Amino acid sequence: MLGLAWRLYVVLGRPARADYSEPRRSDLVAGAMRTIFAKMLPPRGVKVRGVAMANAYLYHAGLALVAFGFAPHIRFIERYTGIGWPALPDPVMYVASGVAIVGLVIALIDRLSDRVLRLLSGFDDYFSWAVVMLPLLTGMALIDRPYQPAPQAATPVSPGLLAIHLLSLELLLVWLPFGKLAHAALVFVSRWRTGADFTRKGAAI
Amino acid sequence: MSGPDLDPLDFDAPRFTIRKPAVRYDQQGDASDAERSAAAVRAFVRDMSRTAATYMESCIRCGHCAEACHFYLASGDPAHTPIWKLEPFRQAYRREAGPFRWLYRKLNLAPEPAARELREWQELLYDSCSMCGRCTLACPMGIDIAGLVAQARHGMFAAGLVPHELHAVAERAEREGSPLGATPKVLKERIEWLCDEHAVEIPLDLPRAEVLVTLSSIEIMKYPKSIVATARILKHLGVSWTLRSEGYEATNFGLFSGNADWQRDMSLRVINAALACGARTLLLPECGHAYGAMRWQGANMYGKPLPFRVLHVTEFLADAVRGGRLKLKPLAGSITFHDPCQVSRRGGATQAPREVLAALGAELREMPAAGNANWCCGGGGGVVTLHRADEHRYRAFEIKMKQVEATGAQRLATSCSNCRLTFDDGQAHYKWDHRIESLLELVAEQLPT
Repeated sequence: MLGLAWRLYVVLGRPARADYSEPRRSDLVAGAMRTIFAKMLPPRGVKVRGVAMANAYLYHAGLALVAFGFAPHIRFIERYTGIGWPALPDPVMYVASGVAIVGLVIALIDRLSDRVLRLLSGFDDYFSWAVVMLPLLTGMALIDRPYQPAPQAATPVSPGLLAIHLLSLELLLVWLPFGKLAHAALVFVSRWRTGADFTRKGAAI
Repeated sequence: MSGPDLDPLDFDAPRFTIRKPAVRYDQQGDASDAERSAAAVRAFVRDMSRTAATYMESCIRCGHCAEACHFYLASGDPAHTPIWKLEPFRQAYRREAGPFRWLYRKLNLAPEPAARELREWQELLYDSCSMCGRCTLACPMGIDIAGLVAQARHGMFAAGLVPHELHAVAERAEREGSPLGATPKVLKERIEWLCDEHAVEIPLDLPRAEVLVTLSSIEIMKYPKSIVATARILKHLGVSWTLRSEGYEATNFGLFSGNADWQRDMSLRVINAALACGARTLLLPECGHAYGAMRWQGANMYGKPLPFRVLHVTEFLADAVRGGRLKLKPLAGSITFHDPCQVSRRGGATQAPREVLAALGAELREMPAAGNANWCCGGGGGVVTLHRADEHRYRAFEIKMKQVEATGAQRLATSCSNCRLTFDDGQAHYKWDHRIESLLELVAEQLPT
């Protein structure tokens, strides 16, 4: 959290330029919000790499479901924050994990095989991929039985595997502010910026 | 060094620029490579505002921008991916201004962009980017890549690494007031000739006027009928207007070349002319980048809000149509419209030409991906001035030709003289059977008698 806060602080601390041009529209906040949501959908009128985009939707959805819908993850969050919510059934989690893992593998193959992506990619892209994949794989190694809270569990989960899983999660969290995974937060800042600026001009987003 | 004596203008070819240089000088001055690199980085860092920093941090390297770029599609070369064109800028950002700059410097993870790299990137930043902004539509993070390219060009100019032709015309514009030799003397002669030839009144240097009209030097030198059309329409509307010899040139090659001081000078000439005659409206010609330069950047060059409104001529016409002041004779047949990127997609005036076309009563056949998603003609951003970019630009123009042909429309119009120039050049190159027309001139032809 601190790393991410630092990154945002430096970015937002850069000088802002005053814009004296007469705005075409003044609903800048609404425009910024619209952009945040509109950019979640495929762009209109512009062709993009459809399979890659569909795959990105799938593995993002899979990751979100696993991270926030799986019972042990919710208990883990609840233990630290006191905030909990109903979990999704285990079979849904297995499918979501599978989708996320397969999607990430496809994304990696795409990155390695597409000439544009290969050129654009660097250490950050591959390492970020690895630190997202690791908790998924180590988590899959843990789910050999339906989840039960610790006191009721017939046999406890392997402490060694659990430790590896938690360590892989910590690696992800440590890396998050430094690399491209920070787009989890920056996506809102970037779209907000463009949304407000372009709405001011009435330009297409 | 390129200069006016070494770089005569070529008015014989369909595309107006300087004659093809026998020897290219794609760098200016005699600074060492180390000095060029340092100058570029200083300029890059100066431009790293909050917005630029946000964009630099946000790219997820997804490559979607490539598919939206006509220059990438024309070459298939991954180096023409829009975001890759900013790599030296990104390197400088990470090293000098990013949140982990100390780490990048200490471990040399982002080396200072060397002059050798900047020379390599000159082709990417100038020859193969028309700053059309189509890539932003495809970017899931909403990064304004075209805006960043304009900023990166500042660094290139500071390093003395501007392509020969672009530097030559920009320098001429700064020195003479026009990139194509349309000096005040030439303008005066043109006006006298046009007034005689077409029996119109073109007021020059009136002390007071409601509307200050500005022109593109492409119009003055290649499409002077646009000036006649403007005069006829303004007379029909009963508008008090003038041209002013101290500020008539709306194009801004300071912006294209990457020299912010020249950009300011060129903007201030026009702004001061408008102030001098007490204009309430500054009317921009059929020119795309002039719109971006004055409508959205003019006040920032001036340092405060402008005390007059700035309108592209199609906005002015649409205003008159809306107000019931402009009624036109119907135009027979079907027509398709090429949106100038800087007026429509990036300028926000996509609907204005459509209102004018509706007033003309012609059957409008929109191109596939028309309006905001329209394909650029490939000549913007100064690309059309560069001889060495021709082959790539022509291939990119093929996308445009297909888009036009898909409509089956009988006529083709636009509202940007630079687009017209690019179309004329493409038409001559491919011996294409489509001729582009000016929307402004079509309106003038359909004025009621």
